[in-house]
Amino acid sequence: MSDHFVRTQSSPTLLPPSSRLGVLQWMRENLFSSWANGLFTVAGLYLLTLAFPPIFNWAFLSAVFTGQDGSVCRADGVGACWAFIDAKFNQFVYGRYPAGEQWRVDVTALLGIAGLAPLLVPNRLPKQWFVGFLLLVFPFLAFVLLYGGTAGLVVVETSDWGGLMVTLVVAVTGIAASLPLGVFLALGRRSKMPVIRILSIMFIELWRGVPLITVLFMASVMLPLFLPEGMSFDKLLRALIGVALFSSAYMAEVVRGGLASVPVGQYEAAKALGLTYPQMMSRIVLPQALTTVIPGIVNNFIGLFKDTTLVLVIGLFDLLGIVQSNFTDPAWISPQTSTTGYVFAAFVFWIFCFSMSRYSIYMERRLETDTQR
Amino acid sequence: MKDNIQAGKPLAPNPLNNPKVRAFVFQLAVLTLVGVAGWALIDNTVTNLQRLNIASGFGFLDNTAGFGIVQTLVAYSEQSSYGRALLVGFLNTLLVAAIGIVIATVLGFTLGIARLSSNWLVAKLATVYIETVRNVPLLLQLFFWYFAVLRTLPLPRESHSLFDMFFVNNRGVFMPAVHVEGSSLLLVGVALFGTVVAIGLRYFIKSQDLPSGRLVLAGRLAPVLIFLLPLLVFFVAGMEFQVEVPALRGFGFRGGWSFIPELVALVLSLSIYTAAFIAENVRSGILSVSKGQSEAARALGLPPGRVLRLVVIPQALRVVIPPLTSQYLNLTKNSSLAVAIAYPDLVSVFSGTVLNQTGQAVEVIAITMTIYLSMSLLISLFMNWYNRHMALVER
Repeated sequence: MSDHFVRTQSSPTLLPPSSRLGVLQWMRENLFSSWANGLFTVAGLYLLTLAFPPIFNWAFLSAVFTGQDGSVCRADGVGACWAFIDAKFNQFVYGRYPAGEQWRVDVTALLGIAGLAPLLVPNRLPKQWFVGFLLLVFPFLAFVLLYGGTAGLVVVETSDWGGLMVTLVVAVTGIAASLPLGVFLALGRRSKMPVIRILSIMFIELWRGVPLITVLFMASVMLPLFLPEGMSFDKLLRALIGVALFSSAYMAEVVRGGLASVPVGQYEAAKALGLTYPQMMSRIVLPQALTTVIPGIVNNFIGLFKDTTLVLVIGLFDLLGIVQSNFTDPAWISPQTSTTGYVFAAFVFWIFCFSMSRYSIYMERRLETDTQR
Repeated sequence: MKDNIQAGKPLAPNPLNNPKVRAFVFQLAVLTLVGVAGWALIDNTVTNLQRLNIASGFGFLDNTAGFGIVQTLVAYSEQSSYGRALLVGFLNTLLVAAIGIVIATVLGFTLGIARLSSNWLVAKLATVYIETVRNVPLLLQLFFWYFAVLRTLPLPRESHSLFDMFFVNNRGVFMPAVHVEGSSLLLVGVALFGTVVAIGLRYFIKSQDLPSGRLVLAGRLAPVLIFLLPLLVFFVAGMEFQVEVPALRGFGFRGGWSFIPELVALVLSLSIYTAAFIAENVRSGILSVSKGQSEAARALGLPPGRVLRLVVIPQALRVVIPPLTSQYLNLTKNSSLAVAIAYPDLVSVFSGTVLNQTGQAVEVIAITMTIYLSMSLLISLFMNWYNRHMALVER
């Protein structure tokens, strides 16, 4: 009777046409979506074929990995002279720090990592203990360990320090000293007292307006003039003071951003509860402000870490300085030595900075989800 | 106290609990502390300078410098004064900054847009460039370009050449120079005049068009006014120009425009480094314009070109320009790294050579810092003005 037809089973699912599947479809969408895009892809591929094989060849295929001196690297058509890095590696890390005492540097680094790691990874360990250790105990421990002079440790003069160790000492001291200074400056800049505010603004704008090189020059030639006769500073210490003052201005601006992000209600609630200014800041505002600016602080640290290379201009040997000073070692002179050295140093800096920037992005995402409702 | 309460008199407040008094006392204390510290520093410095027999004051600026400078934009010789050397260094800094800013902007915008490209390969290449360059110290890159690349180029005799007009060797980069007979200043003046007229015209047309709703774009007149007007003057006045191609004479190239390797290395590394940061600013600026904006513009019937030019770019620029200015400032400040490869910039000439010759550290460093500081303050003033100009007018 009825001529209508109701289907009781679903029709068999068919695969899309083969050109719309898998790799082909992906290429169609992402590489050849239009004529212009196709041209760009071809140009990009051409660029890759132009650049990649020579670089790969230089770094691996025709590179020299082992050798007692530079003679192996002087042959024609030789690529990277990794043997140079291998032979000088210890110097690149510790500078001229005596071989028998290098364990002290390692211990300092381990202590620092042990204190810092629990703060960086989300966990339920008591944070204030680690902060206290890092700010109050670690600096003295590090000084005693690295410089010596007490507890039966031999004194190692700072002129013997060098390499990655100096880079880390300058960067870490700079950031550690600039954090409290920066917090005070940021509070000063937001203060209602005109004298405090103007002094803070002047200080911050002065350091932010001049290049680090002039600050280092100032620290190395003018600081001795500022001091009473007979008092003198170690060269490294002078650089550290310059770096700390310089980075505290940048830190102040980061912290100021954090302070501005704390809602006014928080300040008002703290005042309504009868908290004094120090209580309000240390218990209510700063914990919130500093947490939100962790990514900014890490970015500051990355900038400072890269900027530490400038200390070689005033005659200190950081990683870049020590790598470069080894180019003139007669045993290792070869056409490839300098390029290899630069690539190695760049790689070390890149590893540090790239991982820190990833961490800062991770932290940013985490903080974003924390504040979302 | 009890008596007061019983007598119904108000408690006499402790003046130290009055916020105004406390603020005053605190500020006075800080001011005194800063004053004492500053006085102690000045006192120490003066004593030290006397002890070391170092002259003070700015009189040294008139003394004969007695050293040569490899690259000078204004007339300078060994008989010139220290003040003149300061000017030469300052102009060299400005030169590097100007060339660097132009290249970094072009490269940075290209990379920023490329990183957002729908083309996977292009986006990945841009990402690799940005993440590599951003995470390696600038000084290291400068050394790489200068010592590992430019210094290892062939001698002038075997230099790389392009069309036999452009030459690259370990003495620098050489290119043909264009000399205009007669006054080239006249042409520059005409071009400047054209620019001013174009800008004025643009404002005028905008004020006429916006209320009426018509869109006559004044932009098309600008190239005519800026480029064709000087060309017209050139032909009408019957001026001639000649091209001078650099040529190998003896041990080096003579004639044409030449750029010393220090300048090339500095410009290369500064623009490559800064471009990576600019690219990130551009990317975040474009991402900050919400999709609804371009969709709404399309729905209103604007063609794609105008969607970009009238809706997306003005809003993206609002976000991009402030960090862009601070990148320009960074580039200018970073040009002080010149001292590491002995390019004669402000720091290298003045805080380096002049400081070593005169020993007047305080004055020299103060002058250098003041110059950089005034540059940054000028730029931040401009930035504040721009931000006010561009700020969203909200309800």
